[in-house]
Amino acid sequence: MSPLEFAADLPLAVSFGFLSGWAFWIGVGVIAGIYAIFTMGLQLNAGDTGILNFGQVGFVALGAYSLVILIVRVGIPVPLAMMSSCLIVVVGAVLVGLPSLRLRDDYFAIATLGLAESVRYIAQNATSLTGGNQGTFALEIDSGRSATASWLEISAWIRDTALDPIGLGSQEFALLPLLLLTALVATACAVVLTLSQRTPWGRVLHAVRDDEQAARAVGKPVFWYKLQSLLIAAVIGGIAGWMLVLYLDSASPESFDSLFTFVGYTVLVLAGTGRYFAVILSAAAVWTLLEGVRFLDLPLEADKVAALRFVVVGLTLLLLIELRATRQAVRA
Amino acid sequence: VFIDTKLAEQVQETRVLRADASVIRSPVARLGSPVAVVLLLLLAAALALSMTHGVQSVAQQTLFGLVSASYLALGAVGLTLIYGILRLANFAHGDMLTVGAYAAYAVSVSLGAPLAVGIVAAIAASACLGLASEALFFRRARVRNAGVLELFLITLGLAFVFRFGLQFVAGGRSVGLGVDNLTSIHFLGLRLATAQLVVLVVGILVLLAVGWTLKASRFGRQLRAMADDPDLAALSGVNTERRVRQLWLLAGGMTGLAGVMLAAAVGSMTPSLGFSVLLPMFAIAVMGGIGNAYGALAAALVLGIFTEWAVLVIDFRWKPLVAFSILLLVLLFRPQGIFGDRVAS
Repeated sequence: MSPLEFAADLPLAVSFGFLSGWAFWIGVGVIAGIYAIFTMGLQLNAGDTGILNFGQVGFVALGAYSLVILIVRVGIPVPLAMMSSCLIVVVGAVLVGLPSLRLRDDYFAIATLGLAESVRYIAQNATSLTGGNQGTFALEIDSGRSATASWLEISAWIRDTALDPIGLGSQEFALLPLLLLTALVATACAVVLTLSQRTPWGRVLHAVRDDEQAARAVGKPVFWYKLQSLLIAAVIGGIAGWMLVLYLDSASPESFDSLFTFVGYTVLVLAGTGRYFAVILSAAAVWTLLEGVRFLDLPLEADKVAALRFVVVGLTLLLLIELRATRQAVRA
Repeated sequence: VFIDTKLAEQVQETRVLRADASVIRSPVARLGSPVAVVLLLLLAAALALSMTHGVQSVAQQTLFGLVSASYLALGAVGLTLIYGILRLANFAHGDMLTVGAYAAYAVSVSLGAPLAVGIVAAIAASACLGLASEALFFRRARVRNAGVLELFLITLGLAFVFRFGLQFVAGGRSVGLGVDNLTSIHFLGLRLATAQLVVLVVGILVLLAVGWTLKASRFGRQLRAMADDPDLAALSGVNTERRVRQLWLLAGGMTGLAGVMLAAAVGSMTPSLGFSVLLPMFAIAVMGGIGNAYGALAAALVLGIFTEWAVLVIDFRWKPLVAFSILLLVLLFRPQGIFGDRVAS
């Protein structure tokens, strides 16, 4: 089930009564948090380094699948699985970056889009490895191995010790620890990446973005910096994939549609170039807008409502670009 | 004005010669021309497959390859012309194709008109969509000298609006054009569904007409001059804005027709019909050399036939990966295209 469709089920849960509006908005917050983390990578690539990574969702898929498969199918301990998953994402990014970062901007975008789509096709069709369209579940009943068990223990502990005393211990706040986790990870990414902008390393990235030839002329290994940027973005994407597993209890191909990358670019445009904390706010804004469409109470079929939301995304993207262009024209 | 257009063409030819010269110096050229390499590859694959699977099945797959090449080429020629002339990689091109297919569905299935009327509606719908995106977004983006990312984001925004606008109106379920996909004709031991035969014939005829237009007409010559150097073309008296609008009409119309042909050949469609052929179309555009319509024709043949041959060896469900692999291989090893006469900067 994709996060988008999962969110589609939430209002239904609201109408059951035992969950109030809180559970719904916490769910929206978790998705927004995952998108924020995901978009940090795009901000680093497209915003700071000027490389048009259109395949970020492929790294998310790699992170999510490798974590679940390593824990549930292979049966290795969680910390080791997390490290191996990171390693797999890095190796994937090197394999993508080494040949394709030499390409022109537009070709790089097309190549990364092609690779992300290939990852999704493989996830969909390598049934014995990934479970095909159904996906890989985070819990295997037979062996009792679970990719989310350790997190659920931590989550229960947070609810008992921190949330219960302040009156947030009920079932409707069950996802609150996950929201806190995604918010924490997103904030940590934003802090580190914002600080890195002011380092010599960050300034080289900006130089590569603004004038690649000039950066090369002063002796900077441009390719190596681009590759580093891609690797870090890929790892951030992989971590977003882990969060997705915690939220959905599975990894399935439709969560990794390239739409995911394109919505990320909408979040990025709203946030503005090189602004990491704004990414968190703009992810929250985009998802509030998307989920707000449900509250219009339209007498429509579910797939039509889902479609309407993406029409809104597209129109928002077009509007933002036009607004930015107008603003720049006024300034000039 | 006419003489100046000639001048623009002469300048273009000089550049082509220079480009050729630089290709000759490249390491690939030492192995023989890329076209020869591709032909040899195809020949070797055909021979190997004929020995393992028999001439009959290779011929059958080649026939299917020709059918898919015909609609892929129609879509890709528009994509490559827009890409080459306007420096615009249009990620909404696939969704323009879907809108055409659904326009035909609306007219010929929902309203019950003959399919021919539906085809006209498809061409008109996609052409209008192209013209509207030019008028509303791309012309202004060109005026303000928008960067690559900005152009990409506009096409992504349009892709969202087209695809999900369509899903909003028509729903996400699979629909068919009501074309008879069951009757087929048999000849020389080969079989082909009648609908596919029609797709093949229409594709060949339309592509011949478009090829002639680009080659011989004033419109085609001026377009080629613009592809080479838009400023020089404008200086030489080409009404570039008008030609660009006509280009969108041509590219959109061909894409709409490609949508109907794809839906007719495959038998059913969903709003993601066009997105599924977007990357194959990009593969064709790059392989043929960006902006080179004839290159795209040849590349569509190579990609279409090669993909259908691959099904003999690999499982059917891995078929889309063949196009992706070709796209990546071409981007990595020959980004200027195999049939291209222009060296990518």
